Amino acid sequence: MALIELSGIERRFLLGDTTVNALAGLNLQIDAGEYVAVMGPSGSGKSTLLNLLGLLDRPNAGTYRLEGRDVTTLSPDEQAQVRSQRIGFVFQSFHLVPRLTAAENIALPMTLAGIPLKERNARVAQALTDFGLENRADHRPDQLSGGQRQRVAIARATIMQPALILADEPTGNLDRHTGDEVVHLLEALNGKGVTLVVVTHDPSLGARAGRQLVMEDGSLQHDSAHATG
Amino acid sequence: MRLADTLRFARDAALGYPMRTTLSVLAMSIGVAAVVILTALGDGARRYVVGQFSSLGTNLVIVLPGRSGTGGFNPANAITSTPRDLTVDDSAALLRAPAVRRLAPLTVGTSEISFGGRLREVMVAGSTSDFLPIRNFELAQGQGLPDEDWNRGSSVAVIGSLLRTEMFGNGPAVGQLIRVGDRRLRVVGVLKSVGQGLGMNTDELVIVPVALAQAMFNTNTLFRILVEAKSREAIPEANEQVMAILKQRHRGEEDVTVITQDAVLATFDKLLGALTLAVAGIAAISLAVAGILVMNVMLVAVTQRTGEIGLLKALGAPARTIRLAFLAEAAMLSTVGAMVGYLLGQAGAFTLRQVFPVFPAYPPDWAVIAGLGTALGTGLLFGVMPARRAARLDPVQALMKH
Repeated sequence: MALIELSGIERRFLLGDTTVNALAGLNLQIDAGEYVAVMGPSGSGKSTLLNLLGLLDRPNAGTYRLEGRDVTTLSPDEQAQVRSQRIGFVFQSFHLVPRLTAAENIALPMTLAGIPLKERNARVAQALTDFGLENRADHRPDQLSGGQRQRVAIARATIMQPALILADEPTGNLDRHTGDEVVHLLEALNGKGVTLVVVTHDPSLGARAGRQLVMEDGSLQHDSAHATG
Repeated sequence: MRLADTLRFARDAALGYPMRTTLSVLAMSIGVAAVVILTALGDGARRYVVGQFSSLGTNLVIVLPGRSGTGGFNPANAITSTPRDLTVDDSAALLRAPAVRRLAPLTVGTSEISFGGRLREVMVAGSTSDFLPIRNFELAQGQGLPDEDWNRGSSVAVIGSLLRTEMFGNGPAVGQLIRVGDRRLRVVGVLKSVGQGLGMNTDELVIVPVALAQAMFNTNTLFRILVEAKSREAIPEANEQVMAILKQRHRGEEDVTVITQDAVLATFDKLLGALTLAVAGIAAISLAVAGILVMNVMLVAVTQRTGEIGLLKALGAPARTIRLAFLAEAAMLSTVGAMVGYLLGQAGAFTLRQVFPVFPAYPPDWAVIAGLGTALGTGLLFGVMPARRAARLDPVQALMKH
């Protein structure tokens, strides 16, 4: 069964008095466990697609099925529930809360979901070990290097054990070396069965994915899954 | 999110912006402190006046000559003849009233007192033996005026404590002969020091028999008659009986004014209570202003933390969680502000009491409760709007603001 099923997705923005079609008639299926890179020039609709997949935005038309369930008609709070349980986000600029420590940042999704403190602490301790951050647990984001910050962000994205991780230019603010580290981490997660969707400008990063999507002017221009199969 | 987590999150958020937090706490605390101090002043004034009146004596009914003593100017009084004087015989007649326990006629005037070459001006009160117990005066030495025929007036005097030290220094006073005006009087008693009593400083008073005072001042009228009713409940009765007797003695003319201490007390109590309320109302405005400031601060916080709110939404926080977090933060700012303000206010009232010991500047409980309640109420009320705004933010837009 497809994890993600988009059919006839339209997303229009009103800029001044002109309507921009950020996404137009988009149909897309992504299976569970896939590693998908979304590429394309600026303004091609990559980010809009990612926001839609992450339930941060709603399409003007079309349906989005996540794990077979139509999520476009859910209320905002129901969508928040889906984000909390099923989707993890990794952002280009990390988006850590500056006043919270690394451990607290990692625990934030569990805190918001109301998971008891004891379980939170156990899972955070595990995550800190998994991501090599044991000695950084009590550091605030401004005391961490870029690579460490993104590792905290990835730990946070995976702490609720989501089915889907959406990464928006995860290496965009990192140097080559630390960027590679972060990519390896994400790929390791994908290796454990988590579906990974990465939006990137970087062709070499895109090439590592199992499936490449190239977007232009709000529609899919190239889908490697269909090109080869 | 769990309650403890919400509170911790709000606390960390407040501590994360110390300047902003300090300012809003300060504003709120000034508001609460203003309520506490101002009501302490108002209520202190009320207590002070009530206390002064109570020190006049208990269950007191005061008779004064003339009709227009209270109640403002009445044109009818202007054309009637001079009111008949109150006399010692009038006061003696009042003893017939069943609701009256005892009474003391009172004549006052100023004269000179001298002893051993020392001379000063004094206020002289002419009265009877019951004057001291009715006015709750206590004797430090000797005894009070003799219980004798009110028209006789033996040559004795009871003096205030300040006069005693000024005239006799450390030497004995009781038994000494002093000169008051052109009379030579024997000191039979010295009053205990009590300080200021309404309109009459008893420490500088000479009390002599009423007949003697009338002779000294060459008059046969009385300044007041102090009547003590049998009980608190008997006061209205005593009032009527006194009025009836005097009317009868004055050929049917109501040419005296009878005031009861209770009535005066109640009037002042009401008046100053209203004043305290008004002052509290004014102070409450500062609380409302503080509430609006907290709202502003929270609105700024929402703008400042737009990116964070977007992130929380992306991480799966429902609108309710975000609303609660911001509301909790506003409530915390107000609560801490209210507490600090309460302490500041109590400290201010304490300082007032230290500086003016006779002035009982205690804030009334209702004002403290109302002040704290208003602070928390406005904090929460004005926290609602920013919290709703935060919860309504579009997550995509909010995330881009990072």
